[in-house]
Amino acid sequence: MSDVCIVGIGIHKFGRTDGVSGLDQGVYAVRQALADASIDWPQIQFVYGSSDAAGNPDTMVDRLGLTGVQFINVRNGCAAGGSALFSAQMAIKSGEFELGLAVGFDKHPRGAFNALPGEYNLPDWYGEMGNMVTTQFFAAKIMRYMHMFGISPLALGRVAEKAFRNGVHAPHAWRRHPVSLADILDAPLVSDPYTKYMFCSPAEGGVALILASEKKARELGKPLIRLKAATMRTRPAHSFEVFAPSLDVVEDDSKPRGTASRIASADAFRLAGIGPRDISVAQLQDTEAGAEIMHMAENGFCADGEQEQWLSEGRTEIGGALPVNTDGGCLACGEPIGASGLRQVYENVVQLRGDGGGRQVPGNPRTAYSHVYGAPGVSAVTILER
Amino acid sequence: MRAIAEGLFTEETPPRLVGGRDRETGRIVFPCPAGHEAVPLGREGKLWSYTIQRFRPKTPPYAGPEAFSPWVVAYVELPGETIVEARLVDVAFEDVAIGMSLRLVQAPLDPDAADPVLIPAFAPAGHAV
Repeated sequence: MSDVCIVGIGIHKFGRTDGVSGLDQGVYAVRQALADASIDWPQIQFVYGSSDAAGNPDTMVDRLGLTGVQFINVRNGCAAGGSALFSAQMAIKSGEFELGLAVGFDKHPRGAFNALPGEYNLPDWYGEMGNMVTTQFFAAKIMRYMHMFGISPLALGRVAEKAFRNGVHAPHAWRRHPVSLADILDAPLVSDPYTKYMFCSPAEGGVALILASEKKARELGKPLIRLKAATMRTRPAHSFEVFAPSLDVVEDDSKPRGTASRIASADAFRLAGIGPRDISVAQLQDTEAGAEIMHMAENGFCADGEQEQWLSEGRTEIGGALPVNTDGGCLACGEPIGASGLRQVYENVVQLRGDGGGRQVPGNPRTAYSHVYGAPGVSAVTILER
Repeated sequence: MRAIAEGLFTEETPPRLVGGRDRETGRIVFPCPAGHEAVPLGREGKLWSYTIQRFRPKTPPYAGPEAFSPWVVAYVELPGETIVEARLVDVAFEDVAIGMSLRLVQAPLDPDAADPVLIPAFAPAGHAV
């Protein structure tokens, strides 16, 4: 079967853009992607659009043109963007369409995500006693992981330091100033062991990706960035997820538990026919510094516990063996849920085209990996090849 | 004083948490969902993981006092049953360690309230209830 290719990319700056709705940030990204692909809106045959908190994506046809285009809204927790992309590539793979769009945007209120128990099928008392706080889960998860595999607070600091350093060179990033390791480690704790620089914030932004069949991509004369795999998976038994009043006791708790990420990753590598060692650059979900560390192992790039050495040797830096989160990831870009997974793919296309400027991975990278994970135990992975 | 919700604790003294056993798989969860067999959980456990909540959660849903002081969020492994999320009390933050032995207590959501509601909590084993 021929590959699905990404022929156009667009992004609206992440962070805070007062006075511009989430939807309009999505429209901005679409227009940029259309221009990048040198096509016009009426040529788009179908759209999958994702947003968690900024309204129905299909209403953007008002802005872009009432062409009668097929437009399907996707809402799928933290995997919303990845799900939109997965669906878009399936529409082309099926032979039904040859040119379409995946778009994601969001605009969240300031401060921590404010979830209500009823939205998660939990009793009211759980929220009343102060447990509907996502940061508690992420902190408790890394606390256990650090205990099991000897990861230090210094390693958490190095991840955040790298994120802000990389964000300096990403025009779409929110935080574009370096923060010193000492400032990161000495900052006030939000939820131990994480200081305020080690968590990303809910944010705003929009991303658009134009997908084409290989035949169509050749007609358009675009460099072939092939989407070799796109997977979206849910959690296995015994996993530890956000908003868990309890989790299972397991027989051997000295090993890491199964996760949606492990499943999505293994399936993506199987589909692409390559392995973790073949990847030139990776964007791994880093809603907190420890997430990047755990996801290095969950996606098969290293063994549990090796991250400490990887980070001290700089192996995930731009010039390292496996550059990770080259645009600063969620830590520097913030997390607009509907757009976040698509931002990773946008960044990977930039890297594979060699357009990364000050953050460009050297050596002409040929393969790029992206991974999101989040509530309620979902993960989406993509592998691109040029 | 009353529990923050009905069905969380057994009626005995001292109380236990009420878990729910899936009638088909035997899996135990907390709290007890509708349709599950209610089972009193053990009072003793070990700290599986934890964090410290350093900012006041948003209201709603949080119903604790306006005045905020940080607390320990704990996951406590009750051997052979389940790992439950609860507060940790009567321990200094710097003394909290994964693996420490704990026992169930009830703690007031607002220690300064005249008639506080009680929430599930654990304290270091051996500590007076």
